[in-house]
Amino acid sequence: MSVLVKIPAQLRAAAGGESQAEVEGGTVQEVLDGLFDRFDELRTRLADDDGSLRRFVNVYVAGEDIRFLDGLQTPVDDGSEVTILPAVAGG
Amino acid sequence: MAASHLQCKECKTSYELEALYVCDRCFGPLEVVYDHDGLAHDVAELRRRIQGGPQNIWRYADFLPLAGGPPGPSGRLASRVGLPAGCTPLIRADRLAKRLGLREVWVKNDAANPTHSFKDRVVSVATTRARELGYETIACASTGNLANSVAAHGAALGLESYVFIPADLEEQKVLATGIYGTRLVGVRGSYDDVNRLCTELCAEREWAFVNINLRPYYAEGSKTLAFEIAEQLGWELPDRCVVPVASGSLFTKIARGFEEWTELGLLSGGQPRMNGAQAEGCSPVASAFAEGHDVCRPVRPDTIAKSLAIGNPADGPYALELARTSGGAVDAVSDEEIRAGIALLAQTTGIFTETAGGVTTAVLAKLAERGDIDPDERVVLVITGEGLKTLDAVRGTFETHTIEPTLESFEHGVRQQILL
Repeated sequence: MSVLVKIPAQLRAAAGGESQAEVEGGTVQEVLDGLFDRFDELRTRLADDDGSLRRFVNVYVAGEDIRFLDGLQTPVDDGSEVTILPAVAGG
Repeated sequence: MAASHLQCKECKTSYELEALYVCDRCFGPLEVVYDHDGLAHDVAELRRRIQGGPQNIWRYADFLPLAGGPPGPSGRLASRVGLPAGCTPLIRADRLAKRLGLREVWVKNDAANPTHSFKDRVVSVATTRARELGYETIACASTGNLANSVAAHGAALGLESYVFIPADLEEQKVLATGIYGTRLVGVRGSYDDVNRLCTELCAEREWAFVNINLRPYYAEGSKTLAFEIAEQLGWELPDRCVVPVASGSLFTKIARGFEEWTELGLLSGGQPRMNGAQAEGCSPVASAFAEGHDVCRPVRPDTIAKSLAIGNPADGPYALELARTSGGAVDAVSDEEIRAGIALLAQTTGIFTETAGGVTTAVLAKLAERGDIDPDERVVLVITGEGLKTLDAVRGTFETHTIEPTLESFEHGVRQQILL
């Protein structure tokens, strides 16, 4: 299944200047792994050594925070959008 | 300028003092770092310098991240440029203290700012920095008070502005924003949806979003609340502060202000215990505190305290750490307790606060009832906004006696009702 990942401005330099990428995967975890396989540097930027997302990273599927869904195991449909954003905004 | 660079709070990577807010390497928040070596080491001289400043937050320009110092043709004229914020009253609230069985309670009434909330402090600093960086448009994601302030500052300084709010915000806050001629955008969704949208938009527009790409500068403005409290207490620290928590930025920066002045020798003694206040309908920080977690699980807000309705608080982890290390706590109160808190503050101090102030007052009452506060403590209650902005919260909580304009009608219609 093909999913569109939207890459935040802060990570574009590490993603070949791209603002989005088409990635295969059936869950958020699979999509992120696919993204990291393509742009290795993104792995260390977004994930801790144990593979979990860093605490100031927000991930959304179709605009919904994955922490309201199934976290990294949240299923993604073909053609859906996964958005990665910094969590430090607002207030 | 005393500010030397931006630094990631997590991995300590340094950045230039630009419109940046997040670390490229680890996504941690960036914070302003200062080099105060240039300031007088003579504490008395430094105090005189502060006291000789204008009657607004620009008296603390030495501790704010502005290259050009206070705005205006000279520091002396800083009271006449834009919408100067700050120097709000600190009132000794003996009747409130007595009601709660405490000895010394002070109310910092930050509703007494140009747009009636503490947000004028942070917006003053962020917009001044935005102009220094060459921006011509300011913007924000807001729960209401920030919307008022950004729209007003845009008007005062002749900057274009865009204000994004949840579409279901209180009418008073919507009206008190649109009147300034801003481009007001109501988003169908929660504040967290608005914030996500603005974070995306921030990467696509050359705008200064005061609480996104200008957030490191914006957050520094909250330190001026601590500076004022200490100065108004006669250069002394309080023993405890009770502060509302939405994103956690105000809460953590008030503590940072006290620390910074203590490091400089302007203040001495132990740092205050910091108590955070949230509404039960949106209490991600209070829940994490109670459960012993060091990160917050986001929630979907459902509370009358809309100005505190941030379900995904950016500074949550730091707010938790501060509450624990300072010996304070983060507590939550129900909507009923919030209404009672608004009435308690109004009836014992003459200060009418919005729902966020009801939250803060209710948490103070809860701490007092629980016996958490030593009777000898000097406590400061930080009231961040104005009651006229959330009128629905108090509607129907008291009775108006309607009579004919005759003595008889008064004697029978009112006195009898009151005696009943």
